[in-house]
Amino acid sequence: MDVWSSLMDGFATALTPMNLLFAVIGVLLGTAVGVLPGLGPAMTVALLLPVTAALEPTSAFIMFAGIYYGGMFGGSTTSILLNTPGESSSVVTAIEGNKMAKAGRAAQALATAAIGSFIAGTIGTALLAVFAPIVVQFAVSLGAPSYFAIMVLALLAVTAVLGSSRLRGFASLALGLAIGLVGIDSVTGQRRLTFGQPLLVDGLDIVVVAVAIFAVGEALWVAAHLRRTPLHVIPVGRPWMGKKDWGRSWKPWLRGTAFGFPFGALPAGGAEIPTFLSYVTEKRLTKHPEEFGKGAIEGVAGPEAANNAAAAGTMTPLLALGLPTNATAAVMLAAFTSYGIQPGPQLFSSQGPLVWALIASLFIGNFLLLLINLPLAPVWAKLLQLPRPYLYAGILFFATLGAYSVNLQAFDLVILLVLGALGFMMRRFGLPVLPLILGVILGPRIEGQLRKTLQLSAGDPAGLFSEPIAIVVYIIVAIILVWPFIFKLIRRNRPVAAFTGPSEQSARSEAESPAQAGDPTTTTHQKQEKP
Amino acid sequence: MTIVVGYVPTPEGEAALTQAIAEAKKSNETLLVINSSKGDALVDNRYAQGPDIQSIEERLADQGIQHIIKQPVRGHDAAAEVLDAADENDASLIVIGLRRRSPVGKLIMGSVSQRILLEADCPVLAVKAD
Repeated sequence: MDVWSSLMDGFATALTPMNLLFAVIGVLLGTAVGVLPGLGPAMTVALLLPVTAALEPTSAFIMFAGIYYGGMFGGSTTSILLNTPGESSSVVTAIEGNKMAKAGRAAQALATAAIGSFIAGTIGTALLAVFAPIVVQFAVSLGAPSYFAIMVLALLAVTAVLGSSRLRGFASLALGLAIGLVGIDSVTGQRRLTFGQPLLVDGLDIVVVAVAIFAVGEALWVAAHLRRTPLHVIPVGRPWMGKKDWGRSWKPWLRGTAFGFPFGALPAGGAEIPTFLSYVTEKRLTKHPEEFGKGAIEGVAGPEAANNAAAAGTMTPLLALGLPTNATAAVMLAAFTSYGIQPGPQLFSSQGPLVWALIASLFIGNFLLLLINLPLAPVWAKLLQLPRPYLYAGILFFATLGAYSVNLQAFDLVILLVLGALGFMMRRFGLPVLPLILGVILGPRIEGQLRKTLQLSAGDPAGLFSEPIAIVVYIIVAIILVWPFIFKLIRRNRPVAAFTGPSEQSARSEAESPAQAGDPTTTTHQKQEKP
Repeated sequence: MTIVVGYVPTPEGEAALTQAIAEAKKSNETLLVINSSKGDALVDNRYAQGPDIQSIEERLADQGIQHIIKQPVRGHDAAAEVLDAADENDASLIVIGLRRRSPVGKLIMGSVSQRILLEADCPVLAVKAD
């Protein structure tokens, strides 16, 4: 089998002592930033981009993959022991995990999280190895119009589906696209948004943008909210599980994997939605409903498996299509470009050894993570005692060093500070960071596809709809955009007694009142369907 | 007049508290318990949590001692908080717990106890854990 032999070659590359060392560094760093709330794999990869410029691309990506998976593992430790999610994808884990820890079952919670993450990560990576080449085969047949449509879908879906407010999401996306526009127009050679500043002609370096938004913005935000009442970590011994815990965990692990992988692979899927779906499913299917809300092991096992499977899922469109679906993947895409590697369907053929070594390293990283997380979770929790001024001083130092080292221009430091301030303001006003980063990274690529399409059709916009896949994707885009309005309409037309205030009810005509009898059931159904 | 005790949930801190209770009983003064944190780390094991504080509260109430428990989180170190409290309340005595420190450790980390001993305007009673 072709996949099998390629994968074995990948293992051979990934298991060389040097690459193994980078995998270890990656998983250690990843677990550390996963444990610490506020620091994430996206920020870490961005900070390390300039540092790794001198490395072999293969080694660098093996390290980045370790950081990405490590972040998913580490987040659960903080969720369980401190009730503060270390990562956004482990928010759901905190619900049951912390209750378990408070009831003295922290060891079991940590164990089911770590083992579940390992199993889901391994299955997810196997699915990645099987599906990515298939997606590539399909993707090489796609032309520029379809690519353009898929990228539009990715941007809009991330913006519209995630986050609390669509307006904020689109504002953030617009900022990102604007930042991506800075520089010379690739077709006409016109200067865009350079404000007569010659140093802006080459565009903003993606490393500087990512470091500014993630690292500087976060550091300023933490500095503004430095003091908070300290907590205690719930003391725990070595994580372990009894026979009963295994029996109750394995099904949620598999179901979580089934939720996580497809959602991770979808644009706008991310790891948050599948964790939530997994939690809701486990709550409904459990044989111990009385334990939910008081620390049910299923509520930890499912979501933790889901977020790791989602991490593997995210790698599929990244490697097969060059399409990032979350912040870390976006920064990794930027890393491909900074190494001069063209991401997209050609990646598997042009950079085969690198891609397969990367996939193999995901298996290895997953195993290493199980080794360092299962016995050492309480040790990792000690990181939380680190005074944050030291931590963020170090991050700012690295950020400055990295931003300067990209082009050795003092001007980049000015950009770093300006965009860092932007990152701070975005956090202050609740704008999600992800649409901005995707806008900056995908913006120029999406523009390239649009230009290509329009050149092929000699400027006729009808060329955008010249491929069937493109039309299907546009229909999906339309549904995503219009859906909330339809949803609102449906809600308004159905008189829902539980949700409406007295004034609205009195305003309603008498003719609708007979329908109210059957209403409570529809209300509960709606509630269950929409988490 | 007030007795100020710097409390941390460690053997040294417990020893200081026990001693302070004895002193407060003897002189029938108000006992001011200070347990502070800079608040710049997410986890601080030297900052007592709800149940600990409650048990101290009960212990003091049982002994019939007039007491105030304060847990300031203002970014000052523990020495500054204890000295501030002593100044503000015109303390007659400060009670602290000492832990063993090597000279090198003290050189690197500094010493809260040393600062209190040197800068306090009232007598300081330093006790060690059993």
